Amino acid sequence: MSEAPRYHVPHSSPWPIIGSCALFVTAFGAATFIHQSTEKVAAEGSFGEPIFFAGLALIAFMMFGWFGVVIRESVQGMNSGLLDRSYRMGMAWFIISEVMFFGVFFGALFYARILSVPWLAGAGNNLETHVLLWPDFADTWPLFRTPGGTTTEAMQAWGLPFVNTIILVTSSVTVTFAHWALRKNQRVPLLFWLALTVALGATFLTLQVVEYIHAFNELGLSLGAGIYGSTFFMLTGFHGAHVTMGTIMLGVMLMRCFSGHFTSEHHFAFEAVSWYWHFVDVIWLFLFTFVYWF
Amino acid sequence: MVAHAEDVVPPRPALLAFAARWLLTTNHKEIGTLYLWLSFTLFFIAGAMAMVIRLELFQPGIQFAQPLFYNQMLTMHGLLMVFGVVMPGFVGLANWQIPLMIGAPDMALPRLNNFSFWILPFAFTLLISSLFMEGGAPNFGWTFYAPLSTTYGPPSTDFFILGVHMMGISSVLGAINIIVTIFNLRAPGMTLMQMPLFVWTWLITAFLLIMVMPVLAGVVTMMLTDRHFGTSFFSAAGGGDPVMFQHIFWFFGHPEVYILILPGFGIASQIIPTFARKKLFGYNSMVYATVAIAVLSFVVWGHHMFTTGMPLFGELFFMYATMLIAVPTGVKVFNWVATMWRGSMTFETPMLFAIGFVILFTIGGFSGLMLALVPADFQYHDTFFVVAHFHYVLYPGAIFGTMAAVYYWLPKWTGHMYDERLGKLHFWVAVVAVNLTFFPMHFSGLAGMPRRVVDYSLQFADFNMVSSIGAGLLGLTQVLFLYIVIKTIRGGPKASARVWDGAEGLEWTVPSPAPLHTFETPPQFPPVMDRDVDEGTPIRNE
Repeated sequence: MSEAPRYHVPHSSPWPIIGSCALFVTAFGAATFIHQSTEKVAAEGSFGEPIFFAGLALIAFMMFGWFGVVIRESVQGMNSGLLDRSYRMGMAWFIISEVMFFGVFFGALFYARILSVPWLAGAGNNLETHVLLWPDFADTWPLFRTPGGTTTEAMQAWGLPFVNTIILVTSSVTVTFAHWALRKNQRVPLLFWLALTVALGATFLTLQVVEYIHAFNELGLSLGAGIYGSTFFMLTGFHGAHVTMGTIMLGVMLMRCFSGHFTSEHHFAFEAVSWYWHFVDVIWLFLFTFVYWF
Repeated sequence: MVAHAEDVVPPRPALLAFAARWLLTTNHKEIGTLYLWLSFTLFFIAGAMAMVIRLELFQPGIQFAQPLFYNQMLTMHGLLMVFGVVMPGFVGLANWQIPLMIGAPDMALPRLNNFSFWILPFAFTLLISSLFMEGGAPNFGWTFYAPLSTTYGPPSTDFFILGVHMMGISSVLGAINIIVTIFNLRAPGMTLMQMPLFVWTWLITAFLLIMVMPVLAGVVTMMLTDRHFGTSFFSAAGGGDPVMFQHIFWFFGHPEVYILILPGFGIASQIIPTFARKKLFGYNSMVYATVAIAVLSFVVWGHHMFTTGMPLFGELFFMYATMLIAVPTGVKVFNWVATMWRGSMTFETPMLFAIGFVILFTIGGFSGLMLALVPADFQYHDTFFVVAHFHYVLYPGAIFGTMAAVYYWLPKWTGHMYDERLGKLHFWVAVVAVNLTFFPMHFSGLAGMPRRVVDYSLQFADFNMVSSIGAGLLGLTQVLFLYIVIKTIRGGPKASARVWDGAEGLEWTVPSPAPLHTFETPPQFPPVMDRDVDEGTPIRNE
């Protein structure tokens, strides 16, 4: 095709409905699994679990298929500048929605630190609440001892978390070097910097696992350790999940670079993934500052 | 030039072809139709639940519904109406109309559009299936406050949570699609400040959706982990706070109520100029007012929580911020009235619904202002006055807006004029029924009748009986509406391209019914409107 048509209206496609079914199977499996595990049925095993994993497999299948179609269209040169701009805007707004999702959990963290924990210790006009409910409770952050009496130790900022900060910031730089190389059509530096980024992402995740094991086993820090543990694990957990996704996507980009899918002008997928990668990096900086450091 | 390939699909057996068409479609018109039918179907289901509620409240005492079942009906009615009726209804209108109104060939991301729709039937299957589970459906009200939904929620709450996650994914993806379409696919020459107001209001709505649906996802995730994984977000014993749930929920919830009304504002701003045969008064101020309402919606959530023991400064802040919203809303109402001022008005059904919208929505706005006053709210909180307030903004607001839009654009969609006599009958019965249903709730609420309770004291009996009679009548009007819609789809006088002689805009330059693919090449903007509308439209106002 010499020139892409201005408007590309795709064929009807089976992938969205497969995706909807996959989401349904996953959600149904997850709900069944979760609510059974709290009931007596747990003893008899749960059929929710296999359904959940089948759903996840279906989602993966859908993504392969759907992205496969998009990649084929792109490689055949069907994507006009207009569509490229649509994809860009779409990705940017998607990242904004992700920012709001993390915002909620940061909101919960700040609410607990600034309001609910001090209030439970009698701040403001809550003296009577404090005296009547948990008179022994003291306001500390990290919350070493919850009003209910669960205790934990705090995670230190300047060990592995600091190393991880350096790793993630570095990876943001290397992915930018890869992007520069791509724009200049320099294949070897592109592959080198991108591979290095993937490796840094994987290292970060490994260190996070090490840190989680340390938290569970030695600090007594878990989801159940009060609001400190809840916010710590939900924030770092969702961040870790996003880094995992990002690393996988970077890996896919690496393979696509090997296959020579991108040109110095047309490489939206690469840019989208690098935006995503910068986004998880920035989230981590906030995490490091407010969850670990202060 | 457009690359599409419907023509090369080999012939298939009829049923299979039918299923394939609707399951696999990437066409904005077909997907819009799907959204609208989903919304309409759920409207009957959620409406039937409202009938159960009103039947039970017809007289004091417990006659038909046990308290637990009553609570389930109440919860599901609210959830389905908000997430299943009003939102998909507006998205359906957006799908049909935004590409037509901005001269785009389709939505920007057509496959994603199909995905956004088809998630929904599954999500509502998940939600409605909870009615048949052990322990029953969610019974904590559509606001699902912790700890009612965490510590004390029925087992089916987990299905509710996953269902909400699916709806959230659908809404965010749909909103992304709408924003990208509006920013990227406008006809050459159409600047942002030349867009039809329906498009403007949807742009703002989509922005609100992207900002707050992830917040809803976050709060139900916290619920899920509080229920099953030992976190203490909403538990004071772990250092959390059940009131934090309300903060997060209403941070989502207040922009959400504007998501439920802004497209309605847009619809009124399309219809009133058409039938007043005048340009919209104060286009720019309409746009700025919409933006102002959206911005303010992020800083007023606390007015839902005045009785939670918030610090005084918080109460004052939220009170003043809330009352500030009356300013842009007042600008809008003023502009609608000023548009009608000295217009050559006719009162076809869409116009009737639009005027009903302006008047009755304003009543709901005023009762909202009453609720914004902290000392007054201490009295009104959790009474039927609140129920009256939000039903006035939702029924004659969102639902009348949607119905006005359906009557307005149905000739464009089907190629047929609806039955004007039946349409008018629908409006007048509906407007009587709405007021009969919801107006007495103001009085019972002010007299102290609590909401969300299956039984009530004798002194509220008269008001409730009137409400229930009105609700029954209102239920019947939906059947009439369904009949009118089906009748119009099946036949009727042929509609011309422009349909209404005062109508302006790109959507009136394509034939009626609009062909499957429109604006395959970018249209001329501003369009030259066809002056000869009478051809093929014998139905005129008398």
